[in-house]
Amino acid sequence: MDADRIARCLSGAPHTRSRRVPLPRRDFLRLSALAGGGLAIAWHAPLALAEGAAPDAPKALPDPQPFVHILADNTVEITVNRLDFGQGALTALPMLLAEELDVDWSQVKAGLAPAGDAYKDPLFGIQMTGGSNAVAHSWLQYRQVGAATRAMLIAAAAEQWKVPVASCTTGSGVVRSGSHKATYAALAEGAARQPVPATVTLKSPRQYRIIGKGKPRLDVAAGATGKKKYGIDMRLPGMTVALLQHAPVFGGQVAGFDAGRALAVKGVRDIFQVPTDRGGSGIAIVADGYWPAKQARDLLQVTWKTGVGSTVSSDALLASFRDAARQPALTAIDRDVSGAAAAVRHVGGEYHFAYLAHAPMEPLNATFELKPGAATVWAGSQFQTLDQAAIAQTLGLKPAQVNLITLPAGGGFGRRAVPTSDYLREGAAIAKAWYERQGDKAGPVKLMWSREDDIRGGYYRPAHLHTVDAALDADGKLLAWDHVIVGQSIVKGTPFEGFLVKNGIDGTMTEGVAENVYGLPMRLRVTHPDVAVPVLWWRSVGNTHTAFVMETMVDEVAHAAGTDPVAWRMARFAAGGHERHRAALQLAVDKSGYGGKLPAGHAWGAAVHESFGSVVAYVVDVSIVDGRPKVHRATAGVHANQIVNPLAAEAQVQGAAIFGFAMTQPGFEITLKDGVVQQSQFTDFTPPRMTEAFAVAVHFVPSDEAPTGLGEPGVPAIAPAVANALAALTGKRLRTLPLELPA
Amino acid sequence: MTTLNINGELLRVDADPSTPVLWALRDVLGMTGTKYGCGIAACGACTVHVNGQPTRSCVTPISAVVGQKITTIEGVGSGPVGKAVQAAWIAHDVAQCGYCQSGQIMSATGLLESNKKPTDADIEAAMAGNLCRCGTYQRIRAAIHDAARTLA
Repeated sequence: MDADRIARCLSGAPHTRSRRVPLPRRDFLRLSALAGGGLAIAWHAPLALAEGAAPDAPKALPDPQPFVHILADNTVEITVNRLDFGQGALTALPMLLAEELDVDWSQVKAGLAPAGDAYKDPLFGIQMTGGSNAVAHSWLQYRQVGAATRAMLIAAAAEQWKVPVASCTTGSGVVRSGSHKATYAALAEGAARQPVPATVTLKSPRQYRIIGKGKPRLDVAAGATGKKKYGIDMRLPGMTVALLQHAPVFGGQVAGFDAGRALAVKGVRDIFQVPTDRGGSGIAIVADGYWPAKQARDLLQVTWKTGVGSTVSSDALLASFRDAARQPALTAIDRDVSGAAAAVRHVGGEYHFAYLAHAPMEPLNATFELKPGAATVWAGSQFQTLDQAAIAQTLGLKPAQVNLITLPAGGGFGRRAVPTSDYLREGAAIAKAWYERQGDKAGPVKLMWSREDDIRGGYYRPAHLHTVDAALDADGKLLAWDHVIVGQSIVKGTPFEGFLVKNGIDGTMTEGVAENVYGLPMRLRVTHPDVAVPVLWWRSVGNTHTAFVMETMVDEVAHAAGTDPVAWRMARFAAGGHERHRAALQLAVDKSGYGGKLPAGHAWGAAVHESFGSVVAYVVDVSIVDGRPKVHRATAGVHANQIVNPLAAEAQVQGAAIFGFAMTQPGFEITLKDGVVQQSQFTDFTPPRMTEAFAVAVHFVPSDEAPTGLGEPGVPAIAPAVANALAALTGKRLRTLPLELPA
Repeated sequence: MTTLNINGELLRVDADPSTPVLWALRDVLGMTGTKYGCGIAACGACTVHVNGQPTRSCVTPISAVVGQKITTIEGVGSGPVGKAVQAAWIAHDVAQCGYCQSGQIMSATGLLESNKKPTDADIEAAMAGNLCRCGTYQRIRAAIHDAARTLA
């Protein structure tokens, strides 16, 4: 993995627009005719389609790992190298391939890839879904595979008909030349014998027939009729269900347990102790189904070792962060802030952000089937190849002996991308013990987490404290911006540390500040305290807190300078050459009617933020109802370059706005007391419901440049837009999320 | 052994009478369209109809619904209202992850069975018990209005 390349990807650096593109090394691009259910063409292992093949590319390829099958009925099955957990990769990536293959959308089917080298992210070198990069990183890859397959189908037709390649045209999965006509299915066998072209010509944007046209999710009908199968729906003959009694604190250990009453529950098969995440241990219950396992868990008597595991309390943690902010350990940006001495006015203050659970609707789960020297695992993983290795290690196998099958997931928002593979190691440990204890009587076992396990299961968006001191002169000009951030590092101690931590600073904490798009006279210092609470990326990662601080602070600075906050931003975007920021914000302003007259008790709020290469601006119309912010209208201006699937892209922004808005809502925080998480359910950790939700009108800045991310960029700017409107209404700046509005 | 009337079929369920309908459906009968989200009737993912009434199956023991008509996501499309709601769901491309949508569709169908022309406030009241972490509420609302129009 190349840190610079990854950094370029994360920062949305310009992509090439050349239409004629070289294909990767030919030994990675093999075609073969496959028998069974019809003739098929399969691409094998195009591991490194992007420029600069990964140096660790495998020498010998394992079993076929195809990207596209052309079936006997002339439909096309496209394999998606990502998890689909709502963001729409299942549909968007096939759109790219089908566009260049030149088939009709109605001919396209899609499925998720298992763990395999062929399906590694072409830039990151691991199989993963994260960083809003499914379309951005596979934009070239999937179009290349489609174009090369089409070229070989044409070559096969030309050879068969003895006509020049140039005389052949394609459309709707058919090759034509003069009076000749053949379906792709009929040509597949011949195409498999053709040499792989060294280069392919990709369509120009004007030729797009699928890209840029709104396509419903390929699984839309299955979903609406209850037929779509998620990981939790996995069923196998003889399968049992396992629940784990987790320790009350992170890293807690079992002192002893009495399973007598629990074992008496009908349908309970076995109860035993297993090692768990962070050096802890817990008690597994294996039963015929969830209900007997849950009943048994409720009856289980466990005593826990005292003095082992986390003792964190949120109140004390905040106090310790406040102390740490006074003497920050590390300097990220060392601009001279001595100009502050001449200030006549200071704005800013101390910002607090709570731990947040991801709480995807589908609780974590995984199904394990073990055989001597082999395992099959079904899970909705965001990190397939890392998880495969972790499962293998837990089971005492080699990664290649673990077949990890990706099933669609009911949300994830980062929680299924865990560098420690916490719940998958847990499930593997249970499966291993279950098979060892039961021998021939053991069978497949599905680990399930209850909602309580999920809310209390850690790997939260870390809590943070920011302090900002913005020093202004008499004209409102900024003299200095002194910024401190205190929060746990997400990637420290993980395989990602090497390329996401620079000079001790975790870039996933400073992202959204360190880019300094407003060209502020900024000093940025940070401290990463070690806290015994596992933390993780949560949809849009560091931007969840940095965008709030930056966008409410510049709003405050603009007001202090007597300038309209949108005009203040626009002037700096112009000065800094941030054209995409300017265009996105302008679009939101124009479409919303920002600045126009609102009913009494309403106010406008605006915010704009770039993340994962895309810029999203919101303009909101807000009032206060029953002590809570009520968003009446929200307008989004989005710059994400070429929009591949406008229907899904709009949905991502609309949904992300609600996801981000959740951070403002009372009751949306995780707190701890003496190491124990104080929330456990949707009754005390409360995401927005339809009654709090609002409509978002989404507008995209037209562009045919290579796409940038969209799964996450809609999250960061909504909370600050709402907070800015509240400040306009109340005259008071709120610096804590969730918001604490005066009663 | 308990006999339940599910989607018009009498099915025998070998489970403890305290077993919630949700787990009888999912683990015993293999009908996995009805989803587990919280187990305490706080999220609505497990919503089924009992005699046409939206009901949280995760807190409803099978012993309480013997002799009553249970309808699940697998069967709701056989009625005109459920069919219209599913069609509107597809037309609006409502789902993102889609995990909550079985419960959403069951609640929406229950609403339209009793209220042919719901207002926004009616929709909010009927749907407030159904959580969606992807935040698809805007399209859910539009799909319900659309289904009401097609049924009018």
